[in-house]
Formats: sequence, structure tokens, C-alpha cells
Amino acid sequence: MSTGSNAGRKSSPLAAAAGTAAPAGPRPVTPKVSPRSMYRLHRLLEPNGGYRLLAGWLERRPGLSRVFTRAERSVKKELFGCRMCGQCALPLTGYACPMTCPKQLRNGPCGGVGTDGSCEVYPGTRCVWLVAFERAEREGRSADLTLLQRPIDQRRWDSSSWVSYWQGRDEDLVVRAGE
Amino acid sequence: MAANAFRAALESGTFTVTAEVGPPRGADPDVIERKVTALRDWVTAVNITDNQSAVVRMSSWAGSLLVRAAGVTPIMQVTCRDRNRIALQSDLLGAAALGLPNVLVMTGDHPKFGDQPDAKPVFDLDSVQVLWMARMMRDGKRLLSGRPLSSPPDWFLGAVENPFAPPRAFRAARLAKKVAAGAQFVQTQYVFDIPMFAQWLAQVRDLGLLERCRILAGVGPVLSVRALDHLQHRVAGLYVPDDVSRRLLAVPAAAFENEGLRLCAETITELSKLPGVSGVHVMAPGNEHRVPEILSLAGLGPMQAPMQAPMQAPISAPVLAPMQAQTGAASAH
Repeated sequence: MSTGSNAGRKSSPLAAAAGTAAPAGPRPVTPKVSPRSMYRLHRLLEPNGGYRLLAGWLERRPGLSRVFTRAERSVKKELFGCRMCGQCALPLTGYACPMTCPKQLRNGPCGGVGTDGSCEVYPGTRCVWLVAFERAEREGRSADLTLLQRPIDQRRWDSSSWVSYWQGRDEDLVVRAGE
Repeated sequence: MAANAFRAALESGTFTVTAEVGPPRGADPDVIERKVTALRDWVTAVNITDNQSAVVRMSSWAGSLLVRAAGVTPIMQVTCRDRNRIALQSDLLGAAALGLPNVLVMTGDHPKFGDQPDAKPVFDLDSVQVLWMARMMRDGKRLLSGRPLSSPPDWFLGAVENPFAPPRAFRAARLAKKVAAGAQFVQTQYVFDIPMFAQWLAQVRDLGLLERCRILAGVGPVLSVRALDHLQHRVAGLYVPDDVSRRLLAVPAAAFENEGLRLCAETITELSKLPGVSGVHVMAPGNEHRVPEILSLAGLGPMQAPMQAPMQAPISAPVLAPMQAQTGAASAH
């Protein structure tokens, strides 16, 4: 990844004046695991009766729920930079997390991606949507990116997306764009 | 309600010219009137930006009203940076009520680039979600919450696209997503590389989008070495190919401006020859008064059709009535 000439010149004088203050909001993260292994692993996590029972059982036990959610957070944070929005888009974004985009775009990259593939907010850091596109395309999953990700429920931050997924709460998170 | 000249022009298939006007960093309405008056006979509609570059300016709906008062059809820009879904729906409804049906939805520049990098970047919805929400409000007569909408608005919805930014192979598909979500017209980022634009346009055509969405290619003049440097290095996602900068830098400094105007005019002419391009959107921030010169160089003379009369009736009634009532109440005491 080049941190070439664009990097220094793109930051505004005001941002520079703020010294070391980073831009407000998240920072793009390139996942640490291959999309192929994640698509495979995903098959093991697909909702079924067992998982639904487990999810319901967990939700009735706040202490255990917290432990479970903490475990989910630490695994996904390490691998994807997960911020726990609680409604996971990863299986449809080549397992690159769109919530690490500084604009938290759920439906594709903004128009500000640099010619070198840099995020406009963090020159030198690769646009997470560019990463998502490349990963999805490599695995023949680019059609996933044409689905419309509906607005997220802002109340679900810091909750377990696995529990919600197993409980069937994510079913209308995605619609075909024309619907 | 007055007929929507912008929509009518695109639907009639005439080559349509729009221009961009940035509202002032202040409350002076004359700034917009002056800029728009210079453009009035030359363009079908004027975009009013929504705090572009994340710099605080007069709001785009107010600016749009001033554009209309100056006799030109406004296109109100709406970004996702400063408003959550409640404010977005509310502002969109307000715009419709004031007779501003042309809405251009975009993500918006990150606060980092503006004069308030300390602001909270909202981005509650993204541009695709806003287009989808607006279409559902208009056609499905429902708010995002699912509640019914008593008088659905009649928006003409627009989107933006940057054919030159990576991942380039995804840019046409991204427009397809916006069109499916609700976009009826698109204005692109500045075009300096026509072959690259044509490649994107071919993909757009192959996806069958031209029947459902009108394409306005973005253009703008580069009038100084400083402006060239700014576009190349300080505008995120903007692509100026080397042959373009070489051409501009090859002329003597005194001739730079003329070369910039000519290049812009030539670009417009080239773009107008591409099947599928419905018009151009001219962006000349700070140089709006040069737009007629560019269009005239490109052979696009002043428009023959009479413009709509300045200051249409519908806005004065709702805007002024409550204020008059208040004044009346005050003087009664």
C-alpha cells in the first residue's frame, strides 16, 4: 500500500492545525482473514433450531449474554476491526467491514477514493469498500454488493449480531435494490 | 405548482445544461441572485450545494428558494453528513412543500475536509438508503418508519457518481444500485478523461440504466495553475490525466485561463457526441460568471425558450403568512 505523494498533500490545513487529532469517526480496516475461509466458516454459523435455542437461552441470561457478546467482540474486532453495530454486513461485503468506513457507508464506496485506492479521509489506508469489492469478486460474490443494505437500527450497537442473526432479526436488513 | 423545467428538459431529450452554485458563507441573498442571474439564460437548472467541502454555508433549501426567485429551476443537494434520518425526511418533505422537487442525494464530504473537523460526522443513512427512502415515501406513500404519508411529495431524484474512482469496475454497478433505489438522473464528477468516461458509460448502457436514468456529465474549467493543483491534489476522488495537465501547463501563464476555458468547452462538445449523455453539469466554483463564455465556446448559445417568471406564487404564501400573523399579534399588544 502506497503512502505516496497524495498522503501529505490531501490533508487540509485545518486538520493539520489540529495537530495529531485524528478525523472524527472510524478508520478503514483490512481484514486479517481470507474471505474464502470466512465463507466456509459462515456455513457453520447459519441459523438452525439449535442456534435459535442457544440464542434464546443466552438472551434470558444477561451475565452470560455479556460474556458471549464480549467474546464475539474480541474475535471480530481482531479479525475485521468490528465496532459492534450489532447487525453484521460481513457475509455480503467480502468479509470487509463497511462500518470501518469513516462515513459508515453500507452500500458501496463513496466517490472520494484516491486513484491509488486510498480512503479520502485516511490517505495511505486502503478504502474498505475497495477491499470488499476485490475480496468479493475474487470469490465470485460480487453480486452480493448489488444488494441494498437497509438503514441499520442504531439501538443495536454493542449487542451480539450472532444472537440477532440466529433469532432471525436480520432478515429485512437487506433487500434487492429495486424492491 | 410550476412545471418542472429540469425534468421536462431531460424527458424531452434536449441536451440539458445545469450549473453549480455554492451558497454564501453568510446570510446575504444577493450573492445567489447575482450568480444565478448571470446563468439564467444559459442553463436549465442550477444546483445548490449542501455545505460543500464540509464548510458551513447557507442551507441548500434556502439557497434553492433564492435560485427560484431569480428565475431558474433549482436542484437542491442533500448530503448524509449533517442529518439523521428524521431530519432528512423532514427536510425532504419541506422541500417538496416549498415546490423544490429536484433533489440530488449524495454522501457528502467528511467533516475532516471542512472548517469544522470537530463536528460529529452523522452518516446515519448513506446516499443509496436516502434515495430508497425517498422513493418509498413518494411511491409507497410511507415514511421510513412505515407510517403512512398523507400527501406524498413529487420528487425528481438525482444521484452522483464518480466513474474515475476505484474500484472502477464497480462504479456502473453502484449506479445501478442507486437507480434501482430511486435515482432518475445522475450528475458525475468532473470528466477530464473522455475515453475512461466512455468506458463507464458503455457499462451503464449494458446494465440497461439509460432508459431509467438520465446522465449529466460533470465538467468544469481549470483557470489557473493553482486551480489545477487544487483539483489534482486536494479534491478527493478527482482524476486529471497527465495529458490534460500537460496541455494546460504548456501554454504561457497569461494564456492559461483561455486554454482552460477552451479545454472545458471542447470537453462539453466531445461529451455531447456520446450517445447516452443527456447533458452536462458545469461546476465552476467562484467562476460561475464564466459559464456562459464556456457554453458559448462549446456552441451552446443562450436558450430560446422563455424562462419561468421570477418568484412563483406558491412560496410566498406559506413562508410569509406566519410571520405576518406574528407581527399582527405583536402590534395588537
